[in-house]
Amino acid sequence: MRKFSLGRLLSNTYLGAMLLFFYAPIAVLMAFSFSSEKSRASWGHFTLDWYAQLFRNPEILSALRTTLLVAVISAVLATVIGTLSAIGIYGYRKGTRGLIMNLTYLPIINPDIVTGISLMILFVFMKMNLGFFTMLLSHMAFNIPYVIYSVWPKLSQMDKSIYEAALDLGATPGYALRKVILPQIAPGIVTGFILAITLSIDDFVISFFTSSGVQNLSIYIYSAARRGIDPTLYALMTLMFVVVLGLLSVVNYRTGKAAEKAEQKRR
Amino acid sequence: MRGRNRWYALPYLLWVAIFTVAPMGLLLYYAFTKGGSGFTLVNFQKFLDPTYIKVLGRSLWLALLCTAVCLALGYPISYLLARHKHGNLLSMLFILPMWMNFLLRTYAWMSLLENTGLVNRLLGALGFGQLTLLYNSGAVLLGMVYNFLPFMILPIYNSLQRMDRSLIEAAGDLGANPIGVFRRVTLPLSLPGIMSGITMVFMPAVTTFVISRLLGGSHFMLFGDLIEQQFLQASNWNFGSALSVIMMVLILLGMGLLNRVGSNGNAEGRTIM
Repeated sequence: MRKFSLGRLLSNTYLGAMLLFFYAPIAVLMAFSFSSEKSRASWGHFTLDWYAQLFRNPEILSALRTTLLVAVISAVLATVIGTLSAIGIYGYRKGTRGLIMNLTYLPIINPDIVTGISLMILFVFMKMNLGFFTMLLSHMAFNIPYVIYSVWPKLSQMDKSIYEAALDLGATPGYALRKVILPQIAPGIVTGFILAITLSIDDFVISFFTSSGVQNLSIYIYSAARRGIDPTLYALMTLMFVVVLGLLSVVNYRTGKAAEKAEQKRR
Repeated sequence: MRGRNRWYALPYLLWVAIFTVAPMGLLLYYAFTKGGSGFTLVNFQKFLDPTYIKVLGRSLWLALLCTAVCLALGYPISYLLARHKHGNLLSMLFILPMWMNFLLRTYAWMSLLENTGLVNRLLGALGFGQLTLLYNSGAVLLGMVYNFLPFMILPIYNSLQRMDRSLIEAAGDLGANPIGVFRRVTLPLSLPGIMSGITMVFMPAVTTFVISRLLGGSHFMLFGDLIEQQFLQASNWNFGSALSVIMMVLILLGMGLLNRVGSNGNAEGRTIM
């Protein structure tokens, strides 16, 4: 019994230390968003000036809008296309399946910079103007493979006999898809969606090469960084962090409740 | 379910043709031509210069180190999370930093590591002198690990989470000690997660050019910096494309190797069942 709780203590210590590693830099960044001192080296007094400036800067607001729009649209489309594609690809024979999955792997294993450059060459070749639309297409191009590869393990782990049984018992393929396949691969779909949104918000390299004139946050930060550190960006990140924390708490609370309900039902 | 849902993938096949195959074809065209000429290898001959080879070597070595550190730190995290009472909540905390823009996350480390930053002030308070923590490969490695560790944790956590717990109990009942259970059951079953984790970390690490520029300084040249330079500053699309092709080939070879290891692991997992 004592040995067990010692293990738990060690486990929690390790997890705590790693969380500290993850959050210390973010905490520093958030703290300096409230500091009147522009340099990160010293602390002035408490101020909300940077937040006020943030909401008055049209360049930042438009970049934020672009980032959010591209992230949401590309992640939703990529999740739908990726999930259906994964199910479809799973039905192919081994050889064809391998070929498609290898092609799907290409944007994942391709360096961002190569993906960005090759897409830029494609858009120039197709005589498309680099801008919002090309940025959106590019984000979908790297998000779809991630969704497929998040769903894939759940598909191969799925109990196929349940699906066959549903069909034998008279379910249409569409009904069986909704009632049997989707619930079983749902955790993979959620993982894929989260990954897609995260990658899209985080992306700098591919956006940088596939759009010109249109700025997302990353591109704005990159150019702002060349002009010098700007604490309004810290304020922006603090706000984003709080929003994301809130969203994930809600998601976690809901899934926790759903799991509880399922548990009660089983009893 | 074989063959029943194939048509779901048809739109995607068209997508792949336009957004995966065509760009690669164009890239290859640029890599093997020069100024509208016919087929040529001059762009690849240019790469054989020791300056360029050295840059590639540095990139590969740093990415390898980063992947090893992420696996060493990340596997225990995923393993502990999968058995933790509040594993779901905690795992969200571990992927939350991914939502922060990576340029700003990297800046945060700059502010911690700079000469007058927090780390140096703590060191000073403890009686150590001021250290130069920025602008070296250590700082770049730290920035890479910090940015890419969640990509290692997430897939391994998923693979451990979906593992059938009764296998562990069965192995225990059949006389395996905890180390044996981990080595013969848990590890092989989490191998697919490890493989996708390695992919997701090594890939961005070997290609990064922003992290190296911010934490390594402008003189710290990685392969990504070199490619970006050829396209945006030198305007040598042909040489830049050749460098991209070299990078792609190296990574494809590496992936082939990883896939092999992965499929062996799966086979072993099956014999256990």
